[in-house]
Amino acid sequence: MFQVLLALAPVLAVLVYLHGPRPVALLAVAAVTALVCEALALRMRGRAAKPALRDGSVLVTAALLALAVPPGLPWWLLAFGTAVAVLLAKHAFGGLGQNPFNPAMVGYAVLLVSFPLEMTQWPAPGAGWDSVTGATALDTLRTGLRESYTMQEILAGPAFGRVGASGGEWVNLAALAGGLYLLARRVIHWHIPVAVLAGLAVPAALAHLFDPGAHPGAAFHLASGAAMLGAFFIATDPVSAATSDRGRLVYGAGIGLLTWIIRSWGGFPEGVAFAVLLMNLAVPLIDRYTVPRIHGEPR
Amino acid sequence: MNRPAVMRGGLRLEACKTRPFEQPLRVLPAPAIAIVALDQGSGEAATPLVRPGDTVRVGTRIAAGGGAATDLHSPVSGAVRELARLPVPGGAGDCVVIESDGRDDREPGLAPCDWRSLAAEVLLERIGTAGIAGLGGAAFPTAAKLALARSAGVEWLVLNGAECEPWICCDDALMRQRATDVVLGAQVMLAACGTARCTIAVEDDKPDAIAALEAVLAPLPAAGVELLVLPAVFPLGAEALLIAAVTGREVPRGGLPPDIGVVCQNVGTAAAVAQCVRDGMPLVSRIVTVTGSGVRQPANVEARIGTSVATLIAACGGRVDAPVSLIAGGSLTGRALSGDAVPLTKGLNCVLVATGDDLSRRSPEMPCIRCGDCAAACPVGLLPQQLHVASRADDRPGQDRFGLDACIECGCCDYVCPSAIPLTAQFRAARARRHLHEQERRRAADAKARFERHQRRLADQAEADRRAFDAARKRVRGQDPGEG
Repeated sequence: MFQVLLALAPVLAVLVYLHGPRPVALLAVAAVTALVCEALALRMRGRAAKPALRDGSVLVTAALLALAVPPGLPWWLLAFGTAVAVLLAKHAFGGLGQNPFNPAMVGYAVLLVSFPLEMTQWPAPGAGWDSVTGATALDTLRTGLRESYTMQEILAGPAFGRVGASGGEWVNLAALAGGLYLLARRVIHWHIPVAVLAGLAVPAALAHLFDPGAHPGAAFHLASGAAMLGAFFIATDPVSAATSDRGRLVYGAGIGLLTWIIRSWGGFPEGVAFAVLLMNLAVPLIDRYTVPRIHGEPR
Repeated sequence: MNRPAVMRGGLRLEACKTRPFEQPLRVLPAPAIAIVALDQGSGEAATPLVRPGDTVRVGTRIAAGGGAATDLHSPVSGAVRELARLPVPGGAGDCVVIESDGRDDREPGLAPCDWRSLAAEVLLERIGTAGIAGLGGAAFPTAAKLALARSAGVEWLVLNGAECEPWICCDDALMRQRATDVVLGAQVMLAACGTARCTIAVEDDKPDAIAALEAVLAPLPAAGVELLVLPAVFPLGAEALLIAAVTGREVPRGGLPPDIGVVCQNVGTAAAVAQCVRDGMPLVSRIVTVTGSGVRQPANVEARIGTSVATLIAACGGRVDAPVSLIAGGSLTGRALSGDAVPLTKGLNCVLVATGDDLSRRSPEMPCIRCGDCAAACPVGLLPQQLHVASRADDRPGQDRFGLDACIECGCCDYVCPSAIPLTAQFRAARARRHLHEQERRRAADAKARFERHQRRLADQAEADRRAFDAARKRVRGQDPGEG
């Protein structure tokens, strides 16, 4: 688990570079809230608090949530989201290893649905945390397309960078670096990240091929929003993911595809959180139909 | 971790097999007291043929086999002291206790045979009466296994010299010292089951054994016996996995090797077969590894069946002063021994005298996070993380869906589990529960059938009585027309 926290360091570094020290403060708020909630829940459930607090899993939940929310989010909202993640999504279902849904994404989704304005206002990169905030690249894109701007006009806007969102592409690059580190250290297996990225990139590329005016290409999707963070850090949570290799490919591809669908036609600009939660829901079904061949069974 | 192509999953473990080879293979003298367990490790007990006071010699038949039990022979000459229930490697079991007279007299009439001139049936008979059992650990009667292979018409004999457990090296010692016996035994077994092809499979961490076998096989190109060197990976020595690695055929789930034309025997068993045709002596001794940091001079020793573990350890320099645990078998698949009074059996291939350093750490158990490391390590392709849930919840359909019955209890999943969950123990317990339940169900069904038979008999009886009564009444009526 501490390897995961280490692998998130580049993401934090980029966020600090882009938005100033506020992401660090948010991370601290989330971590403290998570630890307090974990200890409280364990006490209420009559379990020993020490080993559970030491395994670091609750800190990963806190870090993922803190890094996924906009840096300008009021601290008490993040604390609320973290509490939901730890108390409701994790401990109400039986604690570590028992939660059917990814706790960080439950917290994120609750915040996004309850406080859509605060959750979609990102400060312009490099402007510091008290500066003007605006919509994200994904948000600008959907609004622009709805208002019949052409793709070229939209992509020329200030929210866009070389391939993806102006700051988001650097965050995604940092998440990719951290994810590759996790792969190299064998903390995660390749199946889920590859499947998520393929599930997102392939339909995006096909749609872009047929209708470039309405659909940005695969590179834009991969470099925007929480694509890399989702593929390497969120979808790979083993507890709420499918468990066989084949099942993980199906699960990951589903997350990628749903992310693309929600981004393209859904009611929210970013779809990773909802895609993960929806695929969490499908895990028992996937696990049932992807049992590997046992030695001695017909090939 | 390197993944060998010969097998899915598995573990590359650091072998701990060099120290026993600092000592030459030693043949221990007959023990003063031999404790011959009636169940030698196969799970079925032989029927004793001797009574306290009987005089026996080395090789005298003292118990009759049947089913999964082999004939047993006295490993010493002397007198039967008692038949008693004593600690044995599997817990406690009935044993024949024989006091040695120290003379080591041999049972008369045990003669070598010219195996080439004997019919297969005679060879099988001979292997059976010599009490030869699978020396790899299962202790199943070799003659029965070969007879089944013969009737199934198998075409391939696989000799298991893989010995993949990190501590066990008795087969390695045997192949180094008695390669001739192994090859001779292979030829006899080929003749006994009417098969032409034999592959001796050895893992590549045993170069001396491989060289010894090659030296014996080189002048015998037409014997039908070949050597196959496989990568050293645990648990490749498991029968079904070795067969798959050697032949490319998988034993079907719930089936037996003869179903795919293969029979598998341990190299030690082959050497025992050779000894029995060459010398006439039944199986009364075996080579056993006595090892671990808890013993002063780890060694492979050939000892009589019935020698106590205490004697084996004493012959290897005794224990160190640190606290030790005694394990029968290797560090992964072995079982704890109740103490050092237990006797050597045909199925006991290793006594691991382990200090704390020898065994992997057991950190406190944490919840399963479904990481899947266990599935990646499982050599039969199971999902231990799912079986874990199904076993704990006693969810039988779930256990069936995820193949609990296919688990070979190798312990790879335990070894890699980051949450330190004793998975294999859980699976074993779940199987035992099901077995008990099945027995209970059968008992209940039997009782029901018995009750129904009883009821039917009562009803039939009542019916018969009625008929007899009616007939009698008719007769009476016929005689007495005045009534009615």
